[in-house]
Amino acid sequence: MHIAIIGNGISGITAARFIRKLSGHRITVISAESDYFFSRTALMYIYMGHMRQVDTQPYEPWFWKKNKIDLVKDYVEKIDTNAKTLHFSKNTPLTFDKLIIACGSKPNKFGWPGQDLNSVGGLYSLQDLEAMEKGSKDLKRAVIVGGGLIGIEMAEMFHSRHIPVTFLVREKSYWNMVLPAEESEMINRHIREHGFDLRLSTELKEIVDDGSGKACAAITNTGDRIDCGYVGLTAGVSPNIAFLKDTKIETQRGILVDENLETNIPDIYAIGDCAQMRNPLPGRRPIEAVWYTGRMMGETVAYTICKQKIAYNPGIWFNSAKFLDIEYQVYGTVLANPPENHISLYWEHQDGRKSVRLVYDKDSGEILGFNLMGVRYRHEVCEKWLASKTPIEEVLMNLGLANFDPEFYDEYEAEIVAQFNQQTGKNLQLKKRRGLSAALSFLKKTVS
Amino acid sequence: MNVIQKIGLGIFIIALLIFTASLGLDKYELTSDSLNVSNEYHAAEIIEVAEQEGMLETSYNSSFDFITAFKGVLKKAQKSLSAKAKENGVPEGVNEWDYKMGDWVLKDYILFTVKRSATGPVSGNPLLFLFLTFGLGIIGGLIYILPKFNLIPGIKNDRIYHRPMTKGLQLSVRSFFLGATIIGVLLYGFYYMNNKYFWPAFTAIVALLIIGMVWFVENQKQKQPPRSASVDFSGWLGILTGVYLIGFYVLLYWKAEFITPWMIITDPISLSLSGNEASQWFLYGTLYTVIVLVMGVRMMAKYRHNRYQLIRTGSVMFFQTAFAFLIPEILVRMNYPYFDFKNIWPLNYTFFFDWNIQNLINSGGLGIFMLVWGIALVIIGIPVITYFYGKRWYCSWVCGCGGLAETLGDPYRQLSDKSLNAWKMERWIIHGVLVFAVLMTGMVLYTYFTGQRQILSFNSDTVRSWYGFFIGAGFAGVVGTGFYPLMGNRTWCRFGCPLAAYLGLVQRFKSRFRITTNGGQCISCGNCSTYCEMGIDVRWYAQRGQDIVRSSCVGCGVCSAVCPRGVLRLENSAMDVNTRAQELRALHITDDKIALIE
Repeated sequence: MHIAIIGNGISGITAARFIRKLSGHRITVISAESDYFFSRTALMYIYMGHMRQVDTQPYEPWFWKKNKIDLVKDYVEKIDTNAKTLHFSKNTPLTFDKLIIACGSKPNKFGWPGQDLNSVGGLYSLQDLEAMEKGSKDLKRAVIVGGGLIGIEMAEMFHSRHIPVTFLVREKSYWNMVLPAEESEMINRHIREHGFDLRLSTELKEIVDDGSGKACAAITNTGDRIDCGYVGLTAGVSPNIAFLKDTKIETQRGILVDENLETNIPDIYAIGDCAQMRNPLPGRRPIEAVWYTGRMMGETVAYTICKQKIAYNPGIWFNSAKFLDIEYQVYGTVLANPPENHISLYWEHQDGRKSVRLVYDKDSGEILGFNLMGVRYRHEVCEKWLASKTPIEEVLMNLGLANFDPEFYDEYEAEIVAQFNQQTGKNLQLKKRRGLSAALSFLKKTVS
Repeated sequence: MNVIQKIGLGIFIIALLIFTASLGLDKYELTSDSLNVSNEYHAAEIIEVAEQEGMLETSYNSSFDFITAFKGVLKKAQKSLSAKAKENGVPEGVNEWDYKMGDWVLKDYILFTVKRSATGPVSGNPLLFLFLTFGLGIIGGLIYILPKFNLIPGIKNDRIYHRPMTKGLQLSVRSFFLGATIIGVLLYGFYYMNNKYFWPAFTAIVALLIIGMVWFVENQKQKQPPRSASVDFSGWLGILTGVYLIGFYVLLYWKAEFITPWMIITDPISLSLSGNEASQWFLYGTLYTVIVLVMGVRMMAKYRHNRYQLIRTGSVMFFQTAFAFLIPEILVRMNYPYFDFKNIWPLNYTFFFDWNIQNLINSGGLGIFMLVWGIALVIIGIPVITYFYGKRWYCSWVCGCGGLAETLGDPYRQLSDKSLNAWKMERWIIHGVLVFAVLMTGMVLYTYFTGQRQILSFNSDTVRSWYGFFIGAGFAGVVGTGFYPLMGNRTWCRFGCPLAAYLGLVQRFKSRFRITTNGGQCISCGNCSTYCEMGIDVRWYAQRGQDIVRSSCVGCGVCSAVCPRGVLRLENSAMDVNTRAQELRALHITDDKIALIE
């Protein structure tokens, strides 16, 4: 059987790797972007000089040959679903038995005047990075539009080269549709502490042409004109599916897939950023453009193709990011605008760069989520507490089990418990401190 | 870089220039006082010959001329003493070689005679030059480093791969330097050990080069650029630094008579510590300690948000200053043997040499204690402590080589090769050195106990001098440190150190230490692998959710520090170490549980 995979991002490559682990099928991975799989999450580090592009490739070039994964560098122009054939812009057509589409997203553009000028771009692909590199020469100021994860990465990138940044955020506070108010405010402070010109409640209205087809200024909805040589568009992403519009593959915003990640055409699957679940899982969005879910989809589709059909189940939500110098981890459900039954225990360190938030149900007391800023918690421990609907008291008493900060770091669990006691009038004692043995014993224990 | 830092860097460069120039400022004049020869027959003959040759009390403008002339004098004196011995016989009651001058005494005669014959600004004002070199260097370095404490805490690796100092080199350029250095050291070794093997060795090396080139061309078609290769040749500042360091080590180990002004500069410190004048080793120790301390401050500035790094850096600074530098000198002042309590065999390969054992045994209770302590560390200390904490307790908390690598070497940690090939070579080479060290020590001890020098077809003296020359000096010094800017800061620790190999075996097979991975949080960005100084592809494990147990890991903790998603943690626990370090731990594949795929 020949399995073709469009896209060499984390979703497509994970699918290829797992298909190889589970079978001897012929595998072809197609990408127009790069010769080899590299971590798109590390794009910023290449620009900032932390790494070279080769360092972002998790596998050495021999890996693909050794594992009999064929790589094709080309752009898929057309998919013939009847003849099961891919048509390329350069190579001769390729037939497949099964097709996995993992073609990712593209940056959103909302029809701003000037959005297609030179020196205007997002940050998603190697080509975007090259454009940024080119645009950075003699750059006096960059304007970044969009208050999300990629926006702050882009701001950090320019900052690393001492290029002043103006950061336009539509919302009242940075990423406040995801982060609860306190954490969002912490990041506002941190962005300003680094010297960025952060403008909240501000939208882009227009990008000005300098006469040569290059951006020279951004005009905001407040009427301000910001002279700049580069405009970063980071107001989210959407599935990159324009090349499918003449096929029978059913799409809406993304490629519609069932719970097995199969499209309306048998033997054609879609995974990662470009996939849209027909029936989203409870509490989840239909399109999740997240690295981790892309990887899980890759594993799932490989299993479905090689073993038996298995429904995509990403399990308990988790995510992570880093805002300049503040690491962020989230496990379970932590909402920016929680319903009335979600109670938060929020502890913040006096330095204003660390916090821990535990969310639990008001009535049942069961733990619902963890939100960490500048503190590391163990994924597996948090997940087990969440999966077994552990009462908040029990979580608090054992909170040290979750701590994953490096050795000799201060442990704040006792303070968190004390704060809970103060808020609720209870008298809990912290029983477990940080340590691997205890955490592993806990993980091995079957829940009664 | 702000103005203050630029001033600091300027001061540092001035200090470096004065340091370098100080080698050529003095004039040299041989007098009967400056001749460093305690043997009366030798001294008298040398003075006589020097007078005949017109060398005595003649001023030479450079150490090169002086050394050439003095070597000529020594040769002549050697000859005439032999002739006299033949003609008149050796004086009554005097050992033949106390009368005749053997080749082996020449080195010592030359070094300290050169040092004492110097006249001029450096030898006249050692304290002034101590300030102008070491002093200004420290001041400039600190002025450059201290403003970093003002930055917002966090990982600051910006632009490392943009700087000509730290961006590294292409594999071909690196290989050229490495090949040239190895061949140079080898050829010099043959020349140094025994002239008659020089041309056969030279021929063999040329033959190997031809074979190597043919093999390289044959394989080039399939060869892909390895991941660790740098994009271009623009790392020139790194090359300059590497060449300076390599040059320093070559002079230090084999041509110390050319760096006597540096020894003179450190005389005031040596005299105040041990009461003796400074040798080239004291100079090296002083420089080493100063560098570990100043660059340790830099390390602390860079990682001041990370208490593990702060404590660990404080530890290597302490052990270098107290155990490697001060205590041995103080022991000497108190007439005890020079002893570094933390330098363990087989890194300290001279520990079981006859002269060392004899020296310790002859030094009373403390000497015996030192002998027992050294042996106990090898057979009890290492296995027990490594079982509990991994090899990091030594390699990145105590060891001097590790101390230098973690302080001076920190800017170069990203240059280690992460390819699978490098790992394969690493295992062969480092375990080869371990075997060599054990065999060499076994032979030396055999000779010590039986008096037999010939073992099979090897002479234990020859084997031991080759070990000292090639591994002790060539590998550990010239390549180990000289190649910081070319191959990363742990080249010696990773490829060569026999003690690291021994610690690594314990760590790999019987230790609670590992690096744990935080569930599914890894995003494969590769910061961990990039900044692993031991060339471990940390990401390979982290992206699988696999715990990391590797013999080479020195537990520096930088992978955990640079991880942007909080994925890695250094931990000690024996529990489940086998299952969690398994090849594949896939997360989130079955319906509702985390499960392993077989």
